[in-house]
Amino acid sequence: MSNIAEKVKAIIVDKLGVDESEIALESSFTNDLGADSLDTVELIMEFEKTFDISIPDEQAENITTVGEAVSYLESQVKE
Amino acid sequence: MRRVVVTGLGALTPIGNNLAAYLEGLQKGMSGANRITYFNPENFKTQFACELKEFDATEFIDRREVRRLDRFSVYAMVAADEAVKHAQLDPEQLDVERVGVIWASGIGGLRSLEEEITYNATSDQPRYNPFMIPKMIGNMGAGHISMKYGFRGPSYGTVSACASTGHALGAAADDIRLGRTDVMVVGGSEAAVTEVGIGGFSAMKALSTRNDDFATASRPYDAERDGFVLGEGAGSFILEELEHAKARGATIYAEVMGYAATSDAYHITAPHPEGLGASTCMRNALNFSGINIDEVDYINTHGTSTPLGDIAELKAIQQVFGDKIYNLNISSTKSMTGHLLGAAGAIEAIACILAIQHNFVPPTINHFNDDPEIDKRINLTFNEAQERDVKVALTNTFGFGGHNSAAVFKRFEG
Repeated sequence: MSNIAEKVKAIIVDKLGVDESEIALESSFTNDLGADSLDTVELIMEFEKTFDISIPDEQAENITTVGEAVSYLESQVKE
Repeated sequence: MRRVVVTGLGALTPIGNNLAAYLEGLQKGMSGANRITYFNPENFKTQFACELKEFDATEFIDRREVRRLDRFSVYAMVAADEAVKHAQLDPEQLDVERVGVIWASGIGGLRSLEEEITYNATSDQPRYNPFMIPKMIGNMGAGHISMKYGFRGPSYGTVSACASTGHALGAAADDIRLGRTDVMVVGGSEAAVTEVGIGGFSAMKALSTRNDDFATASRPYDAERDGFVLGEGAGSFILEELEHAKARGATIYAEVMGYAATSDAYHITAPHPEGLGASTCMRNALNFSGINIDEVDYINTHGTSTPLGDIAELKAIQQVFGDKIYNLNISSTKSMTGHLLGAAGAIEAIACILAIQHNFVPPTINHFNDDPEIDKRINLTFNEAQERDVKVALTNTFGFGGHNSAAVFKRFEG
């Protein structure tokens, strides 16, 4: 797994209080990991803070799974 | 009129993290003061407070939920849960539409607000956490408690600074008396031991600065008292309509006889020098309760350990009780717990109920020097708890803004 994917996982574990083993790339934040609308806003904000980027709202709306978050971040962040 | 009784209690205090530990602390006369651990206080004039000791929220609430709660709401959930269990309330056996929650906090989620402001002060992008508002707003103690148990009667918060729980208690008892509800979860919590909390109260010169001897800093009625000691925690009661309590075989710890609220209409922080609002408040509470002044055994005072406030309150008691004041036991348990602001009225009303239940008067600890302005014949229960058959107890809470409330509890005798 990429460095970015590892960091994304760590944020999800911390913010959603789920076990790392429950997280797969295809996991949906709301359907599989128990996030509500406020949790998803917080996750996006933590991605912004951690990777020092700004995620526009129209992009954020398309990030609904772990995999979507990882590929978006990989396209935006220089490791 | 429908009668209101107390059928459950919960306490999370600087001298004990549950009801039994709090009782023991009150009986022994423990000091809850410590050097502040939540932040480095070395540049502050006051470097101590009465923090909770060895409290781990995740022992009570799962980690994910804790993250969505300010400390004041965590304390609310923990104390309310103890009270619900103490009362053996089972939501599945209750008409939850007739169970309400009134939960007080003087300040709300100060730490949550502070964290967001601190981050954003140095961030190029405004990034506010979506949980900041629901963590911070002062009604959330009530909101979380009603959600946890599914209690769907009225739920809201009361705000009147240090009198907040007094008003919560009064409003909840009235709901039951008027027949709107049968059971109420009531209480207050506060978590203001933060840089902003200490800095703000310190700027008002409200806090003791006895850094070199902080364990004895909260010394109500002592000649050398120099301000209050900030405390934190929560207290909770289950109030219940008498017949409802009897029908389910609940243990009754005391009867809520009455309550009154008045205002000083005088100054934002200073008490009325003659204790005008306070004396009217106690008189009204006793009248409503149908209790004569010679029936009262114990008064748990607001007694914060400030030079002005302590004297004004004793004057007010003297106005109401006249020479009967000498028959009373009076004490300020803030000498032990510090001042829990909006939750003070909660843990102090609990102290009254424990006094009724266990036949003792909790002490005013840290008494060293008599104040020449205080009549020596008044029994302020200095330094050690006293045995007494306490049948009736009155508790005062007063808040910045000139808000006063007083409540009267009586041993339940059928």
